[in-house]
Amino acid sequence: MNRPAEKSLLRFLTCGSVDDGKSSLIGRLLYETKMIFDDQFAALKDDSRKVGTRAGDIDFALLVDGLAAEREQGITIDVAYRFFATEKRKFIVADTPGHVQYTRNMVTGASTAELAVILIDARKGVLTQTRRHSYLAALLGIRHIVVAVNKMDLVDYSRDIFTKIERDYREFAHQIKLEAITCIPVSAVAGDNVTSRSRHTPWYGGPSLLEHLESVNLRDPAQGAAFRMPVQWVNRPNAEFRGFAGMIASGVVRRGDALRALPSGRTSTVARVFTAEGEALEAVAGQSVTLTLADEIDVSRGDVLSTADAPPAVANQFEATIIWMHDEPLLQGRAYLLKIGTKTVTATIAPIKYRVNVNTMEHMAAKKLDLNDIGVCGLELNSAIAFESYRDSRVLGGFILIDRLTNNTVGAGLLHFALRRSQNVHWQALDVNKRARAVLSHQQPCILWFTGLSGAGKSTIANLVEKQLHADGRQTYLLDGDNVRHGLNKDLGFTDQDRVENIRRVAEVARLMVDAGLIVLVSFISPFRSERRMARALVEPGEFIEVFVDTPLEQAEARDAKGLYKKARRGELKNFTGIDSPYEVPEDAEIRLDTTTLAPEAAAARVILHLREAGIIDVGYDPGI
Amino acid sequence: MSALDYLQRLEAESIYIFREVVAECEKPAMLYSVGKDSSVMLHLALKAFAPAKPPFPLLQIASGWDFREMLEFRDATAKKFDLELLVHTNEEGVRAGVKPWTHGAAYSDIMLTQALRQALDKYGFDAAFGGGRRDEEKSRAKERVFSFRSAHHRWDPKNQRPELWSLYNARKNRGESIRVFPLSNWTEMDVWQYIHLQQVPIVPLYLAKPRPVVRRDGRLILVDDERLPLGSADRVETLSVRFRTLGCYPLTGATESRADDVPAVIREMLSTKNSEREGRGVDKDGASSLEQKKQEGYF
Repeated sequence: MNRPAEKSLLRFLTCGSVDDGKSSLIGRLLYETKMIFDDQFAALKDDSRKVGTRAGDIDFALLVDGLAAEREQGITIDVAYRFFATEKRKFIVADTPGHVQYTRNMVTGASTAELAVILIDARKGVLTQTRRHSYLAALLGIRHIVVAVNKMDLVDYSRDIFTKIERDYREFAHQIKLEAITCIPVSAVAGDNVTSRSRHTPWYGGPSLLEHLESVNLRDPAQGAAFRMPVQWVNRPNAEFRGFAGMIASGVVRRGDALRALPSGRTSTVARVFTAEGEALEAVAGQSVTLTLADEIDVSRGDVLSTADAPPAVANQFEATIIWMHDEPLLQGRAYLLKIGTKTVTATIAPIKYRVNVNTMEHMAAKKLDLNDIGVCGLELNSAIAFESYRDSRVLGGFILIDRLTNNTVGAGLLHFALRRSQNVHWQALDVNKRARAVLSHQQPCILWFTGLSGAGKSTIANLVEKQLHADGRQTYLLDGDNVRHGLNKDLGFTDQDRVENIRRVAEVARLMVDAGLIVLVSFISPFRSERRMARALVEPGEFIEVFVDTPLEQAEARDAKGLYKKARRGELKNFTGIDSPYEVPEDAEIRLDTTTLAPEAAAARVILHLREAGIIDVGYDPGI
Repeated sequence: MSALDYLQRLEAESIYIFREVVAECEKPAMLYSVGKDSSVMLHLALKAFAPAKPPFPLLQIASGWDFREMLEFRDATAKKFDLELLVHTNEEGVRAGVKPWTHGAAYSDIMLTQALRQALDKYGFDAAFGGGRRDEEKSRAKERVFSFRSAHHRWDPKNQRPELWSLYNARKNRGESIRVFPLSNWTEMDVWQYIHLQQVPIVPLYLAKPRPVVRRDGRLILVDDERLPLGSADRVETLSVRFRTLGCYPLTGATESRADDVPAVIREMLSTKNSEREGRGVDKDGASSLEQKKQEGYF
C-alpha cells in the first residue's frame, strides 16, 4: 500500500474537575489545528452569544458539548470523541465529564487511551477530582500523564504557583505509582502553550501541549509480547477453508508458528496468514487477521490462540477490580454475564474484599458497590477462560459485566490474578448421574420454587404438595425459608446483600438435590427477579418451576399469622418485604396461584396437575408394583 | 516490522466491529447509501469476511429522487461483488405525492427516516451498519459504535450503554435493534485518504466535471432529470461541479470545483472552509436539529 503520509495515531483523554476548562482546551486544539470550518465557526459564534459563558467572546466549550442538555446546562455529560491531525500525528480525543457522578464516563474514555491530559485550575491547585482522575488513569493502565495547569492567565503566569502545583502533583503521583508525568502551564482560553510556546511564560523551558502530544513515545509493549488472539469468528466459506478471524492482542504470528488453542490446550501450526492486504507471511498486534491451521482442531469464538510454548493461564476464579456503572448496586452473590475478549460467561460475585475511597485511596469494608464505586472482589465463572492480568494485557484482562435481565452494561473490571483454589479444585466427572437416578426413581427431578409475600401461604401450599407427592411415592425435600435461616443461613440478615446470598445458597442446595434425583420444594419469599433467575439458570431448562403465590399485600397483612407486619409497621423490623423492601412480581412464573380465589388444597392440586402435564411425574407409574 | 499507522489502525478496528456484529447478531444488514462512506464501509466488509462474502445484504433506501448515477453505481456494485441488494421506497409517501419541494422538512422524514424504519421492520433486521462518523456533527460525537434503538426506533442519548475497550455489548431486549457505525472514529479526510490509498471505487459525482445546474437558495442543484421544476427565472448553466456529500438530488448542493481525481479532491479539502454537511438541507434547523432527528429514528 502506498503511504505518502505515514502518521501514527495517539488516542488520549482529557479530564479534570468541573470548570477546569477541558472542553475549552479541546475546542482550542481543534481551532488551532484548523479542524473547524467556517460554517461551524459561524454556528459557534451564534451559540456563544445565546448560551455562552464568556460574555460575548467565543466559547470553545460549545464546540464539543454536543447534546442539547449539555449546552443548556453548560456541562459535559457524556464522553465525546473528537479528531484532529497535525503533520506528524493523528489524534482521537475523548473529552470526559468532570462531575463526580460521571466517573463511569471517564473510565470509558480512559479504557482506550494511551495518554491522559489532566487539567488543573491554577487558582485551585490539586483537588480531590484531580486525585480521583489520576487514580483512575493509573488503574486503567494509562502510561503517559500530562498535567496541564490551566488558566495561567488568571494568576499572572506565576512561576511560583505553577512550581508548587507541579510539586504537589508529583508527590501524589508517586504514591499511586504514576511515572511518566509532564507538567505544562497553559491557558486554553488565551491560547498560551497550547500549540506554540507562550511569551508569557519565559521561565518555562518545556514543550507546548501539542508539541508534547506530537512527540511522546508510543512504543506499544503489546508488540513485543507473546502472540495472543481471541477468536472472533470462524470463517467457513466452503469445506476446504476454515479460518479463524480476530484482532491480534499482542505479539507477532508467522506462517509455520506453533500455536495453542485455549482453554482446550490443543496445538497446531499456522498454515496461512491473511491480513487486510491479503495473504502475508506475518501479522502483528493490532491487525485484524484470519489464520488457517494445519490441523483440524476444535476452535470456536471465544477461544484464544496463543504461542504454543508460552500460553496464557486458564482459570475460573479470579480476584478483580470492578468499577460499577449502574444505579442498581452490585451485590455479593449475584450473577452477571461477563464479556472478556470475545467470550461471554456467567460470573458470580464472591465476597467483596474492599471498596476503594477514590479520594483518599483508603480501603473500606463493603458488601455492595454503588454507582461509580470501585472495589476489589472475587469472581467465580461458570467456565474457565484464558486470561492475563490487566496490567499485562487490556484485551485478555479487561472485562464488562452485563445485567442478565436488562442486558445493560453495568460494570467494568480488571482481572488481577487467578485464585489458587480454582487451580486445585477440579470438577469430578461422575458415572452415576442425574439421569440414572431419575430412571431409578420414576420421576424427573425438579425445583418447585414458591415465591410470594410473607403470609401469602407459600409454606402451607408447599406442605400440601409435598404430602401429596409423598403419598404417591415420590422422593421429595422441602426447603423452607424460616427453617434454613435457623441453620445454613443463620449468619445472614435481611439487607439486600444478605437476601441475595440467602437465595444463592438455597439455590445451590436445591441444585445438588435435583442432581440427587429429588423433587425439591423451595418456599422462600425470594423478592428479587434476578435471584430467581439465577436459581433458574443453575438447573437445566424445564427443571425449574416457578410458583407465584399471589396474595395482595392487604390480605397478607390482614392474616399476619406471625405478627411480623405489625412489627414492621411499627418500625421494629427493618427491610421487611412489601413494607420497606420491594417485592418484584414474577413475569414468567410457570404457575400463578391466586389465593384470593383458590383455597390452599385447590392451589396444591393445581401444582400437582402441572407436574403431571409437564411429565415431571408419570401418570402410569404405580408405586405399589 | 514497525507499528501500524493510523489508517491501518482505523481499518483494523472497523473490521473488528463488522466481525463482532456478525458473530453476535442474528440478522444484520448494511445500510448502503451509495455515498463515499458506504463505499469505504463495503470495502472494509469485503476485507473482514474474505474469502467468504459479507454474510448480510445491502439495504438501500431509495427516495425516488436519487441521483441517476448513484442508482447505476449501486446496481453495478452489487453485481460486481455478487451481493444481495434490497431496495426500499416508502410507497405511501410516493402515493401521497411527497416531493422534496412540496413538503419541506417532512420530506426527508417521510421518504428517508420512515422508509428506513419500514424496511428494518419489514425484513426484521436486528442490526444495521451505517456509515455515520463522529466528526460529522456534535451529537454524533457522543454516539456509541453500537447504538441502540427502541422498538419504535428511537435513540435515547442520555441512556447509552458505556462502551469500554473493544468490548461491545450486543445483547438486545425484545423489539430493540442496533445501529452499528464501523466508521465512528474516521474523519472525512481519513475516508478520502483511504479511498485514495486503497483505490476504493466511488460514484463519479464526487469528482468534478461539467454538469447542468440551476441556482436555488444559494445552492447549485443538478438538473438530473426532467422532474426538477424549472421556473421562467431559472437558468440552467453548465458548470464544472462536484459533490462533497450525496443525498436526494433536488436537496443536495454541488460545489464549483476542478478536482477531477481523488488526489485533487484531497488537496481541495485541505483548503476548504466549510463542513461537509453544509451542502445538506437536512440539519440546518437549529443547533440540536440532527440530535432531534436521530431521536426520531434518522440514521
